[in-house]
Amino acid sequence: MAIWLTQHNRVLVQGMTGSEGMKHTRRMLASGTAVVGGVTPGKGGRTVDVDGRALPVFDTVAEGVAATGADTTAVFVPPRFARAAVTDAIDAAVPLVVVITEGIPVHDTAALWAHSLDQGGKTRIIGPNCPGIISPGLSNVGIIPADITAAGRVGLVSKSGTLTYQLMYELRDLGFSTCVGIGGDPVVGTTHIDALRAFEEDQGTDAVVLIGEIGGDAEERAAAFIADRVTKPVVGYVAGFTAPEGRTMGHAGAIVSGSSGTAGAKQEALEAVGVRVGRTPTQTARLLREALPR
Amino acid sequence: MRVDLFEYQARDLFAEHGVPVPAAEVVDTPEDAGPAADRLGGPVVVKAQVKTGGRGKAGGVRMAEGPGEAVALSRAIFGMDINGHTVRKVMLAAPARIADEFYVSFSLDRGNRTFLAMASTEGGVEIEEVAANDPSALALVPVDPGVGVTAEKAAEIVAAARFPAAVADRVAAVLRSLWEVFVAEDALLVEVNPLIVTAEGDVVALDGKITLDDNAAFRRPGHRALAQAGAPYPSLASLPRAWSAASRAERVAQLEEAAAAKGLNYVKLDGEVGVIGNGAGLVMSTLDVVARAGERHGGARPANFLDIGGGASAQVMADGLEIVLGDPDVRSVFVNVFGGITACDAVAVGILQALELLASRGDDVTKPLVVRLDGNSAERGRRILAEAGHPLIRPVDTMDGAADKAAALAGI
Repeated sequence: MAIWLTQHNRVLVQGMTGSEGMKHTRRMLASGTAVVGGVTPGKGGRTVDVDGRALPVFDTVAEGVAATGADTTAVFVPPRFARAAVTDAIDAAVPLVVVITEGIPVHDTAALWAHSLDQGGKTRIIGPNCPGIISPGLSNVGIIPADITAAGRVGLVSKSGTLTYQLMYELRDLGFSTCVGIGGDPVVGTTHIDALRAFEEDQGTDAVVLIGEIGGDAEERAAAFIADRVTKPVVGYVAGFTAPEGRTMGHAGAIVSGSSGTAGAKQEALEAVGVRVGRTPTQTARLLREALPR
Repeated sequence: MRVDLFEYQARDLFAEHGVPVPAAEVVDTPEDAGPAADRLGGPVVVKAQVKTGGRGKAGGVRMAEGPGEAVALSRAIFGMDINGHTVRKVMLAAPARIADEFYVSFSLDRGNRTFLAMASTEGGVEIEEVAANDPSALALVPVDPGVGVTAEKAAEIVAAARFPAAVADRVAAVLRSLWEVFVAEDALLVEVNPLIVTAEGDVVALDGKITLDDNAAFRRPGHRALAQAGAPYPSLASLPRAWSAASRAERVAQLEEAAAAKGLNYVKLDGEVGVIGNGAGLVMSTLDVVARAGERHGGARPANFLDIGGGASAQVMADGLEIVLGDPDVRSVFVNVFGGITACDAVAVGILQALELLASRGDDVTKPLVVRLDGNSAERGRRILAEAGHPLIRPVDTMDGAADKAAALAGI
């Protein structure tokens, strides 16, 4: 099994007619994802041929949902159009919206989050600035390479794309139920905690890899959640011990979170609740193997 | 991602949006301070413009009686090193008679995915101290991004911070104008500290800080000029190495500017192992792994952060190698690529072509390159490197092993 994404998800690609959208629509289809159409305002009514498949293009997400029964969108539009695109998906009450776009102003993301709450919080937004979500062997929405590993019983949640790939690769013999790249932006729609909660409930997941980075206090919050609510083994990795200072949220942000945002603080918080934290990605993979139920 | 502004830039933006600020001028040389002080008339406060705190304690804020003294004090302040930041601009401001000092700010609350107003009647001191010593003196009021700071919200902030009734309306007006700055400039932080009440009863933003969101540059054409003003890089005087402090700072600036011109995400660090990788998270992780490996090899440390992104084409690899090999601190280079969408055979070819390109241009290509390729087509990529047998390239199969090799080759 998997969390949030299975072979049953029907996917609309927002920005499918652009070069990035088209490239990744091809890759998603090749990895078995049920892509059912695209959305590009002003280009509705056309049909795009993608490797022999005729995919309809819609002006709005709502039209696409009505015509195809889609329940998921992948957003590949440029930053300046991202707010409108995600708003469109939220207004169509799409259950899962995966925002790959990098470089969206945080005022837009904060407004999108507020809008999503106003609409009743029916939409799970993953990202922005994320590699997407993959349930190997079932479906793949975003840009995560589908051939690193196969289905298995490890879950993974990460702020970073390439570190996600690295850990998938290190544990390729075990395979994964679902890997979620939540994105590294200051405001993201899905948090480590959301994924931990889902993995805890998922009968197809035995253990979880949690990957964090400097900045914010998401890892500290995740640690508190693990202590309270997670019974499955979790191992962690935090990047950024050597990163230059001044790249994290300044004083005001630190006051709000009560955390310095450093890698050390995150590692301490996780270890304090019994999460073993690897010093390198390779060591983290070894810890996961040790943590697996026998 | 984040662009911190100088105080004078924050003051200008405040003024544009109707926030009361002191009369002031900014100058680039001590000599310009005289005429500026003359125009302002009377005594002036001479304030070092640096993007760091603690400038008062460092002697970067002084009172001058008139133009002559303003020039003399400016001479002392220009070039001063404050927490690793060299003073290259000075602001002259009309002094204020302070009756009361407050604190107000708007910022992003990442954890709650919303904006936050912070306000306190205890201004003029480090707000972290207020938060630590007497949290009840700092009001925290969430601001809905979809609604913003309405008259009601401003009144709520004023009430929460318990600002005196006599100035409540004026503070509320300032809050609404500051929110305008926050939204209109796509800021991550707008802070006024202190927001003063003068002896005359006026409310004035005496000192402020703005951090802009670089992602919004596409719709804020003024951001580029704001980001480029002054010399944003630290002087690195605290890192005395082979170069003198000044020449090192210049060198760092040159490397970072050259990297920026090539569109590379590069940050100069203080070690000896050059690092090139794809993906910010992987590169950050690479720095950590190199630093750990360095503990076994005489304390070798990463010399830079360089993320060449997903594509990792030969041209981008050549650009990256040019910057990293051009850094005299670098003694060995660690190229760490995980092929996701990018195939490692293409990366391997890119590395070889890049070395050829640099050598054919007459660049000094003598430093060893430890290359680790994993993921998409890694086997083919490794075979290409093995068959090429380039004398400088040392392929290593694992990230940890490659970091160890690169740290050892740095030979400290």
